[in-house]
Amino acid sequence: MSISTPQAEMQPPLEGPDYLHEHSVRSWLLTTDHKRIGILYLVSITLFFLIGGVAVTMMRMELLTPQGDLFASSTYNKLFTMHGVIMVWFFLIPSVPSVLGNFLLPMMLGARDVAFPRLNLLSWYLFMAGAALALWAIIHGGVDTGWTFYTPYSSTYANGHVIAMVMGVFIAGFGSIITGLNFIVTTHKLRAPGLIWFRLPLFVWSLYATSIILVLATPVLAITLVLVALERAFGIGIFNPAIGGDPLLFQHLFWFYSHPAVYIMILPGMGVTSEIIACFARKQVFGYRIVAYASIAIAVLGFLVWGHHMFVSSQSIYAGMIFSLLSFLVSIPSAIKVFNWTATLYRGSIWFQTPLLYALGFLGLFTIGGLTGLFLAALAVDVHLTDTYFVVAHFHYIMVGGMVMAYLGGLHFWWPKITGKLYPEWPAKLSALFIFGGFNLTFFPQFILGYLGMPRRYHIYAPEFQTLNVLSSAGASILAVGYLLPLVYLLWSLRYGRDAGPNPWQATGLEWTTASPPPEENFTIAPVVTEDPYNYHPTEEAADA
Amino acid sequence: MSHPSDSTAPPFTSFSQQREAATLGMWGFLGMEVLFFGPMFLGYIVFRINFPDAFMTASRHTLILAGGVNTALLLISSFTMALAVRSANLLEDSAKVVRSLLVTLLLGGAFVGIKCFEYSHEIHEGLLPGASFHLDGADPQQAQMFFYLYFLMTGMHLLHVIIGLGLIAVFILRAKLTVRKERFSIAMEQLGLYWHFVDLVWVFLFPLIYLGGRAA
Repeated sequence: MSISTPQAEMQPPLEGPDYLHEHSVRSWLLTTDHKRIGILYLVSITLFFLIGGVAVTMMRMELLTPQGDLFASSTYNKLFTMHGVIMVWFFLIPSVPSVLGNFLLPMMLGARDVAFPRLNLLSWYLFMAGAALALWAIIHGGVDTGWTFYTPYSSTYANGHVIAMVMGVFIAGFGSIITGLNFIVTTHKLRAPGLIWFRLPLFVWSLYATSIILVLATPVLAITLVLVALERAFGIGIFNPAIGGDPLLFQHLFWFYSHPAVYIMILPGMGVTSEIIACFARKQVFGYRIVAYASIAIAVLGFLVWGHHMFVSSQSIYAGMIFSLLSFLVSIPSAIKVFNWTATLYRGSIWFQTPLLYALGFLGLFTIGGLTGLFLAALAVDVHLTDTYFVVAHFHYIMVGGMVMAYLGGLHFWWPKITGKLYPEWPAKLSALFIFGGFNLTFFPQFILGYLGMPRRYHIYAPEFQTLNVLSSAGASILAVGYLLPLVYLLWSLRYGRDAGPNPWQATGLEWTTASPPPEENFTIAPVVTEDPYNYHPTEEAADA
Repeated sequence: MSHPSDSTAPPFTSFSQQREAATLGMWGFLGMEVLFFGPMFLGYIVFRINFPDAFMTASRHTLILAGGVNTALLLISSFTMALAVRSANLLEDSAKVVRSLLVTLLLGGAFVGIKCFEYSHEIHEGLLPGASFHLDGADPQQAQMFFYLYFLMTGMHLLHVIIGLGLIAVFILRAKLTVRKERFSIAMEQLGLYWHFVDLVWVFLFPLIYLGGRAA
């Protein structure tokens, strides 16, 4: 059955040991193998996802009733700060790039490793050191500033360990920077012979765009957080208006990083989706080049729109108008991607495996998240919606509905490659459906809540909002089941799963030409690329059927 | 010509590939550094526009002679660093590399010494932001903002200089000991780029801090 042509010759069957053959703790903690580092990240971010999830579970329980009956206001403030900080910096930002990207980028390029393997390991240690500091701050009383650390509250008035928390984010940030640098250099310098830029898988393009943001935006956040910490420690700084400083300057600097960071939290997910949709529609990605360019366009435009977080902050109205216009422009490359994925599915030979269910979930939820972003980019509407649950729902549709769906889809898609085992199909499909259903039940009511005027970050609310809040909390419990299921059956598959073989999906990328799990050096014979990506042949499959 | 153990670092297969990758990585790192310094320069611009008079007055309290000498020292040290990189690239006798690096180390060390002298002078004059800050002839809050930015930016720059000096010391040892000259020359090139960047940051800091209030 020939239904696809891989980009290079299949590797000979593996005779030596695979990359997992060593079991000692030392072999893990001192590894420079990009695949093992990817797995170190996988285990760590799963832990942080659970911690961030516990925080939000407590929040959703509190929000079941309009009164504040579980927590004091200050505790609730600490919970949403903990949820935000952990989920953004210690789960979402490293999710697809550091786990799947680390594992896959060198293999997709036909390389033995990333360009700087020891720096790659250092990035994980920096990430863990930053996380340890942030967790220390949480355990020793927490921080109540919100994940945005707005001044002068964070630098002057807030209680709790703001300095430890921001230094944790600072250190982890340098882990991100190193990963980004490594990916850029690897993509430029370690491509296999024949692998020209327009033969790269779209996942690589999206990682490349993400890396540019990681390298150029993260340092701005880093120094800004240093300034906050100094201001808090010494009482002197450039953000506190009481001593002549400018609090808006903080917001400009923070969002100059954090808006591009939002695209760190979606671009890699788009790359994953491109891979999955092409494979399970058995078709070339429609408009490959445009989808590739769109990733770069999103990364570049992402640097020019930060002011849309500040429409009601006393920023000048002209600046607001320009930022509004530029924000609308981002929708163009994003929509191009959505239309091209749809066109890829059109008349494809759809194969409903779990990764495709996740990718379709991504497509629907990202579209809703993207379109509601247009409401928020409109100046006048934003004045009404600022700081309401509408904003919360919007960015969760992108970050959770989009990125987490894509991350899980990618994890399922490449799980056979990473572990050599197949996960059980039925529970996996069930989890995808639970997550999709639970997600919509959780967050769609929040659009309505926000439109009706319920502000975010409050745990005591007007009684007429209770029904929708109960719906949202009920959805969250379904969502939680959906997230716990994969944890169970993926671990189960490590022991009991069937052997996957090198290419269970008959996919075309270089990573599928080698054994599962791959040998330490990835390829025993250096691959030579002879084909374009996504060389699927749906008609031949139809003939076989 | 090259020593048998002089091989590329994995995953590279040739020296030219390794050199290009390392150089690209360094330029990416320096791009990151520009954005790391960026917010501090932006802060300077904002408050320079907000408090022009106080910044002029405060600027005149800096030690221009010390700043000028330091500028010269760093510029010359960039030249000696360039000589070291050139010697390493030509795979010359390691003594030449060591000599150029030692001069660079001395010049950089002198920069640090003079900078520390300046700091102690300013602290003595009561120009360190904080409760005891005082400066005649300007709004104290606004002048304090100038000196906060002064200590912040030159301090961050000084940190980079000290890291650079540490690296130079390591490279002096490496140059003496290594037989892998090709690989060493690749690393030397990156050290050179870093040092020139540190120099370049100072070239921007000097006029902002020392020259502001002194025209006309």
